[in-house]
Amino acid sequence: MILKTMDGAQALVRCLENEGVEYIFGLSGGAAIPIFDALVTTKTKIKLILVRHEQGAAHMADGYARATGKPGVVLVTSGPGATNTLTGIMTAHMDSVPMIVLTGQTITSMLGKDAFQEADVFGISMPIVKHSYLVKNANEIPRIVREGFHITNTGRPGPVLIDLPKDITQGPFSGELHAEMDLPGYKIDTSFDQKSVLDIAEALSKSRRPVLLAGHGAIISGASVALRSLAEKLNAPVTTTLLGKGAFPETHRLSLGMLGMHGTAYANKAIIECDLVMSVGSRFDDRIVGQPSRFCKDAVRIHLDVDNAEIHKMIRVHHWCVGDARLILEDLAKHVPKLDTADWLKHLDAYKKKYPLKYKKQGGLKMQHILDELNNMTGSQAVISTDVGQHQMWAAQFCKTLKPNDWLSSGGAGTMGYGLPAAIGAQFGRPKERVVAVVGDGGFQMTMCELATACVHKLPIKVVVLNNHYLGMVRQWQELFYEDRKSGVDLEGNPDFAKLADCYPGAKGFTLKRPADVRKILTRAMEYNDGPSVINAECEKTDNVYPMIPAGKALEDMLTEAPKHKMERPTGST
Amino acid sequence: MTHLKKTLAPGPSGQLSAQTFVGLSGERSGLAEAESSKMERLLLNREDTHTLSVYVANKPGVLARIAQVFARRGYNIDSLVVSSSMDGKFSRMTVTAIGNPEGLDQIIAQVNKLVDVIHCMDHTGENAVVRELALIKVGAGAEERTGVLQIAEHFKCKTVDLTERSIILMATGDTEKVDALINMMSRYKIIELVRTGKVVMARGDQET
Repeated sequence: MILKTMDGAQALVRCLENEGVEYIFGLSGGAAIPIFDALVTTKTKIKLILVRHEQGAAHMADGYARATGKPGVVLVTSGPGATNTLTGIMTAHMDSVPMIVLTGQTITSMLGKDAFQEADVFGISMPIVKHSYLVKNANEIPRIVREGFHITNTGRPGPVLIDLPKDITQGPFSGELHAEMDLPGYKIDTSFDQKSVLDIAEALSKSRRPVLLAGHGAIISGASVALRSLAEKLNAPVTTTLLGKGAFPETHRLSLGMLGMHGTAYANKAIIECDLVMSVGSRFDDRIVGQPSRFCKDAVRIHLDVDNAEIHKMIRVHHWCVGDARLILEDLAKHVPKLDTADWLKHLDAYKKKYPLKYKKQGGLKMQHILDELNNMTGSQAVISTDVGQHQMWAAQFCKTLKPNDWLSSGGAGTMGYGLPAAIGAQFGRPKERVVAVVGDGGFQMTMCELATACVHKLPIKVVVLNNHYLGMVRQWQELFYEDRKSGVDLEGNPDFAKLADCYPGAKGFTLKRPADVRKILTRAMEYNDGPSVINAECEKTDNVYPMIPAGKALEDMLTEAPKHKMERPTGST
Repeated sequence: MTHLKKTLAPGPSGQLSAQTFVGLSGERSGLAEAESSKMERLLLNREDTHTLSVYVANKPGVLARIAQVFARRGYNIDSLVVSSSMDGKFSRMTVTAIGNPEGLDQIIAQVNKLVDVIHCMDHTGENAVVRELALIKVGAGAEERTGVLQIAEHFKCKTVDLTERSIILMATGDTEKVDALINMMSRYKIIELVRTGKVVMARGDQET
């Protein structure tokens, strides 16, 4: 149907259709009513997913984006509606996730006059977006939407916010729906420096103890196939960051799993002993480098990144190449020989045997046990989202990720409450696949209102609440570094999460208390597919995550088990 | 007066001395011996002062985005000049900031990443043309007037306002010249001082 005259909001919806938007995650409010109305009057096929809290909308869009590679779209109202999305926007920004956030705004004549539900969202969000717009003319909507979608998912992705005053969205539109972009300061260049690639190839060819370090960038650029061929050609081991999980199959003989603060001992030992480290799309985050001055001090350090500003930011490198990871790796593979790494791999295999990821199955119910079983039952084929804390680190260790976009976790931001809404977004994006949210009792309670959203759409997501009645990671730090003085970590007053789930129409709750029941309960939850299932797993209260590198310490200072002596307080970032 | 105070503040020792400074510019001679130590202090921070030129889309919010890149990392912008370029679609900014070079490299890289920034370049240490303009209101009755005007003439200032009790002088030149003028004038009563901050342009074929 062609509308005779369109308003700004209707033009906006048409533009979103042109960008291939399938879902909008949102919650209405006064300033956004024209846009919500246009979702009806345009008879669009875009589906609106009504959330219960705007933070959930942002995380859903984020989960959808990470699981599909397509930008997620958020639609909220002005003022508190928009500010509630900020945590989600920051989460996406830290982890380079494409997202379009549409915020309603007061009418233009009231801007800056403290109108009802007015917030300077354009200003407030500035440090946590890749780019943002305040629309002043309805006819600019097509250009802005086109630019927004281009910016959000090219180069290094990141969220784009579009603030839409109500008089613009309900005012007349008289422009063209197809508009040209006008971005003189934003050029996507697919070329890269050939000479750097040759230098890197030469450095690699001299290496006997190389390690490839894959980050989120390797996944974003679609470099996993290229990475695997290069690793196999070089016969070089590969470790990944938390967000790089899936860039390289973790069951591959060359995989070292995740490195860093709670990474595998063998990945960290490989980094300590290597003679060359090549980062592919990781930003040498403080969780993986520990003490920057001691990170791979004597090794040749190489950095491939699409973002020029990341080169030398944390770690000074010998060789670097700025560009798309996939294109660089494909080119690099042409110039490298097979390396003589047999001794090196044998050496690392010995570490794998000496320091395996392990836990005790007897005694209390262990989070690791549940995650290990979950991994076995799904054959590592599920999309896993997590919250933040101990359960997240154990999930990263025990739930192996085989392919890109299967691991959704808030890495840079460390946002509690991310897991459930991200799983919902992922399930919308990949309706036929198994999606599991692994959450802690702390994080789950921050966004568990979105169970209603999952119920409305009968999403068969599995929510595994690893419940230790503590903010466990902080408790671990208090035990190790603050003489076990617990402060503000006891989550007394937790509801019975299984009963809570049963209150929601279509959701089903399960209780898991005994190690012997792990497989049985997980199977039952997996078999329930008429809506979300929630497993309340009453886990051992005071288990700690190892290996651990205290913040700011070098990788050499890794603890592979509980320390026998008193620990100094960490001086590194959080 | 903030700018002057900052420049006078002690900092890590610089490479330039008052002597080389005098030698560099023919316009300034006859600095009293007593002034040279004061001048040295003026020059102390020079090495860490960076002059960046930023070419940006002329849109709302661009300045805020750039300012945030500095503020987030704890850097102060010491002077800032913004005006639209030949093509009204774009603006030119000249930013001076004090800080360690590594931190500023990161700032330049982050500014360059902003969607509305066409380019950001560091012109520190380059032989670029750097100028600023200052308006100085000096308290000068009949007694002081001759002295003030003598110094003003020496620095090729223009007298843009003259009353019974004060003179407004307009000076243009590089920062060092303006600093030196202010230094000389400070023996009189400086009532008000306005400086534009630096504008910079690369010489010859180089792009600003």
